[in-house]
Amino acid sequence: MADLVAAAANGDRQAFDEVVKATYADTYALALRLTANEEDARDVVQEAYLRAYRGLKRFRGDAAFTTWLYRITANCASTQLGRRNRHRHEDLDPEVLDVRDQRPDNDPQARAEAALLRGRVSEALQALPPRLRAVVILRDVYDLPHEAIAAELGITEAAAKVRLHRARLRLRAQLFPTRGEREDDAHAV
Amino acid sequence: MQCDQLSPLLAGVVDGSAVMDLRSSEHVASCLRCQAELAQYRRLLRSLRHLRDEPVAVPADLLASIGARLDRYGTPRGGPWGRRVAYAGALAATAAGAAGAIAIVATRSRRLRLAS
Repeated sequence: MADLVAAAANGDRQAFDEVVKATYADTYALALRLTANEEDARDVVQEAYLRAYRGLKRFRGDAAFTTWLYRITANCASTQLGRRNRHRHEDLDPEVLDVRDQRPDNDPQARAEAALLRGRVSEALQALPPRLRAVVILRDVYDLPHEAIAAELGITEAAAKVRLHRARLRLRAQLFPTRGEREDDAHAV
Repeated sequence: MQCDQLSPLLAGVVDGSAVMDLRSSEHVASCLRCQAELAQYRRLLRSLRHLRDEPVAVPADLLASIGARLDRYGTPRGGPWGRRVAYAGALAATAAGAAGAIAIVATRSRRLRLAS
């Protein structure tokens, strides 16, 4: 990958095409998780690769290329979500993140429970407001540092930490509601 | 120490981003409710980390559309050689344009001379 990236940075478009081929599925998965919308995710991925290609000379190689690409994708998704909020209502597709665990596991029951929980986590993520969702996905799913998350989302590091905290509180409350939280939900309905 | 006071802190304790003081640690060590909540945060974090490996259905035409976008706004396929061809083409077009402009100016000045 490093050789391909270096060649692409020198203007070798074929090398960049190979980089795209190797990474686009993961990049799309991130974009889809951030936007919760297939059409937006597609736009975000296209824009992210265009920006990456134009900015390859600035890639210093001190981080993994994919981490750099994830940061660009997060920035593009943030822009896209801002644009979407200005122009149209958010239209969440409940099927969009219907992912299945295809890895083998020796314990079918544990595997089933873990897959079930991951499915519920995906749904709970989609129910979060986009600004909380972005931070928890970038930090807890993609392991980006707070500093990078703050830079790409255009917020302070302190704000990123507060959002992450709020997102975790909400996710826990939704996935493992206590008796009091369940009663609150029932009253809300 | 009340569980409700400690509860918000547990969301950060789970990955070390928040630290409990001695009194809080002692409370959690003896409180089943707080231990259960901490375990829930651990499960949540584990699930979130595994999400990255979950396959997502990728549109069949996505790769082609990325390529098309790069073709449109980035550098066309062919790398440095492609750029050299484009550069040569641009030079030729500029030269042709300049020649055309000179011809037009020459024609106009001849017409002006004839008219006067």
